[in-house]
Amino acid sequence: MTALLEVRGAVKNFGGVQALAECSFAVEKGAVIGLIGPNGSGKTTMFNVITGYERADAGTVTFDGRDITNAPAHRIGSLGVGRTFQLTRVFGRLTVAENLQVGRAGVPRARHQELYSDARCAELLGFVGLARLADVPAGTLSYGQRKLLELATVLAQDPRIVLLDEPAGGINPTLIGQMAERIGELNQSGVTFLVVEHNMEFVMDLCDAVWVMERGAVIAHGTPEQVRADPRVLDAYLGGALDDDEDDDGEGADGRGDGKGGGVGGVDGVDREARR
Amino acid sequence: MGTELAKAVVDGVLTGGVYALMAAGLTLIFGVMDIINIAQGVMVVLGAYLSYTLQVHFGIEPFVGLLITIPVMFLLGVGIEWGFIRRLEPRDRTALSILVTFAVAIVIEGVLTQFYNADLRSVDGWYVQKSVHVFGFYLPYIYLFGFALAVVALSALYLFLYRTRTGHSIRASMQNRDGAQLVGIDIDRVSAITFGIGAAATAAGGMVYGATNTFNPDSGYDLISRLLVIVVLGGLGSVGGALVAAIIALVIEDVTAVLWSPVWASTMFFAVLVLVLLVRPNGLFGQKAVRAQ
Amino acid sequence: MTAESVETGEAVDSAPAAPVAAVDPLAAPVFRRSGAAVVVAALVAAIGFPFVFNNPATTSIAIFTLLYVGAASAWNMFSGYTGYMALGNAVFYGSGAYFIANITTHLNLRGGVGIFAWVPVAGLFAGLVAIPVGWLSLRTRKHTFVVITIAIFFIFQLLAYNLQSVTDGSAGMQLPLPPWTAAAYNDYFYAAALVVAVFAIVLSWAVRRSHFGLQLLAIRDDEDRARGLGVRTSRAKLLVFAMTGAVTGMCGAVYAYYLGSVYPPFAFEAIFDLTIALMAFIGGLGTVSGPVIGALLLEPLQQYLTVQLTDAGLSLILFGALFLIVIGFLPQGIVPSLARLARRLLLRRAERGAKR
Repeated sequence: MTALLEVRGAVKNFGGVQALAECSFAVEKGAVIGLIGPNGSGKTTMFNVITGYERADAGTVTFDGRDITNAPAHRIGSLGVGRTFQLTRVFGRLTVAENLQVGRAGVPRARHQELYSDARCAELLGFVGLARLADVPAGTLSYGQRKLLELATVLAQDPRIVLLDEPAGGINPTLIGQMAERIGELNQSGVTFLVVEHNMEFVMDLCDAVWVMERGAVIAHGTPEQVRADPRVLDAYLGGALDDDEDDDGEGADGRGDGKGGGVGGVDGVDREARR
Repeated sequence: MGTELAKAVVDGVLTGGVYALMAAGLTLIFGVMDIINIAQGVMVVLGAYLSYTLQVHFGIEPFVGLLITIPVMFLLGVGIEWGFIRRLEPRDRTALSILVTFAVAIVIEGVLTQFYNADLRSVDGWYVQKSVHVFGFYLPYIYLFGFALAVVALSALYLFLYRTRTGHSIRASMQNRDGAQLVGIDIDRVSAITFGIGAAATAAGGMVYGATNTFNPDSGYDLISRLLVIVVLGGLGSVGGALVAAIIALVIEDVTAVLWSPVWASTMFFAVLVLVLLVRPNGLFGQKAVRAQ
Repeated sequence: MTAESVETGEAVDSAPAAPVAAVDPLAAPVFRRSGAAVVVAALVAAIGFPFVFNNPATTSIAIFTLLYVGAASAWNMFSGYTGYMALGNAVFYGSGAYFIANITTHLNLRGGVGIFAWVPVAGLFAGLVAIPVGWLSLRTRKHTFVVITIAIFFIFQLLAYNLQSVTDGSAGMQLPLPPWTAAAYNDYFYAAALVVAVFAIVLSWAVRRSHFGLQLLAIRDDEDRARGLGVRTSRAKLLVFAMTGAVTGMCGAVYAYYLGSVYPPFAFEAIFDLTIALMAFIGGLGTVSGPVIGALLLEPLQQYLTVQLTDAGLSLILFGALFLIVIGFLPQGIVPSLARLARRLLLRRAERGAKR
């Protein structure tokens, strides 16, 4: 299997804090890959670096053989890399349908008619269950609905890989199940996924392989079962859980999660939102 | 030419200090509250008028009069914050604050025009008339006293920010407004005090401004434009940056007047900002330059 | 997926979300049709106005009002749509004014209708000026952006005073006097101002409805994400900024010709920018009709106050106080607040009707 997305030796410093410490991993084409790790391990920073929202201080990011390190975000987006955010972002004052249309700019003109026709937009909204709310301002949607809208907006661009930052965070179990189904269906049709998640059951059920990060670097990698049994992973999480109340996945000593939701992104997320 | 140049530099530094004091208030307000107080300029003019009135109608020495004008302006600042700023919605807050404080500025200007007319006035004193002979040129004492006042005031501000609990709360709020609230800081009280401090700075700066310039209610526009330039040049939110920027900008302006022509000196003042922003879009010491996504 | 709430599985209609969750009643065909009728009526009224009210004092106020309609619409097209508050548009107003003054002087033109042909050219000039100004200003973040527009404004005002060779400094420049009668004078300018105002409104509307406008609104809501999705944000902002500059320049050109002279403090007027921002705000930031309503309300008021109140101070106080009051009670502006009220009333009526 060829790697669609590959990160080699990524380094990112924020002042005195090293968020990424020579982080390396690869995502095979057509797979659903999980990226897990305790809070503060650098997962969202990794996403930001891959998608061009942050500059890497060192290292390379390669997408489909093409070096996209530190390329501008819109260029990366138009190459087929889509991404959602830990704290869901939608264009609040635009309607649901208009939200979908914004992405048209990131797609070559030749494909506008194909990807942004009324039919396809309706289909996409139906796919995420928001068809009835097409003319509603996105700001009035509930959190779960916004997550789905965000996903739809990304999908509208027909991405080859989608980076999901905590898709199961902060929503009820029924919706988590639906989210997992959607991801599965999309994967069947050829979309590759890289998923950051705290919800262990979600990750274990969905992912073909899992990479584990701690303190900015990869500490383990393998199938969900392998990772679950890896003592280094347990160590990372249990050590982290003592410092961090938000890590309430219910990790028992045997590393088996109990499927509780992962909270609203943890203290990390609150801080980041506060600083905006 | 040499003495003229030296005088220009010294003038620039001394005046820069005073501008720094007024700009410090402005940048502090932005740093803590995320709002741009367009009324800062006309508040300086108001401070000048207050000092003037105390002197002309009550015979109070302007420096002594500060004991009155500073608390009065402080209270006015708190009042403005409570009355108009506090109820601004968080969304588009900064943009709204510009319009709201601009409106407040207009009201203040209107009030000043009603009470005093458009005649030019200035604050007087022996230190305005008398000069000290130094480095081969004459320097009115007021420049030295004004600079000393600015130094004292800025030092007091520094001590307040770094040595008191309230000051600590203010600095915490500058770093992270929501985070500060989460740890129990009363953001309303902090905002009111910060705005009050900004206003108090205009009282002190206003007195010196009034003594070194002639002014009328219309003077606020030119002032606020300069203060804004200084604040942005130094980096929004950075008090130290405002100090450096004020001195640099004023020195460049005064030197330009000597080396080129007084006509182009003011233009140069603004041009400096444009030139710096070309290279450093966030000012010399731009804080909050990187906001997380 | 059925019509179930994705969240709770309950039917969406009974979910206690905002009433807007249902279909927007104002989007109904009856309103769309009547909206078009209102526009036509307004246009007819505007064209007929000077024939009914031909008192020159009144038409003079009308001319200024129309110019402000144009300038406020232009301002809103940039600042309202993108959320970047520009407080230096007077730069373009003055540029248009000085351009037409220079052209008429250097080409030795005589007063008459022909001069109006130069108004679009003045607009083009102002638009070109807007490109470097915009490029420089837009490199900065939103907060810094405001200040740099103000700084650039003061630079231009100072240049107007100091570049004597181009502007004749504080002596000002004169424009040729048209050969029209005193009675007809205002009518010609009214027509010109009306054309510029209508152009500004139509452009504003066209941008709003276009995909380009959608990009601008997305920039306002979440610029970084818009960029991430592929929107060329720098290009978009600069383009609309130039368009705003061009329209504002045309207003300035008509203004200069109407007054017959151009002086630095009037061509580059500090309070101009607050005034147009205020108009757009009061009417409704980001809407097409907002700035129009705001200008129609504020400019006659401003003119009236300046004439009636010999106290310059009092008019300032009232002006500032008015804005503070409106911002306090209608932070969204008149048009969106009315729209919201209308929606609520219509929904309540629909609910009552359904219950019967």
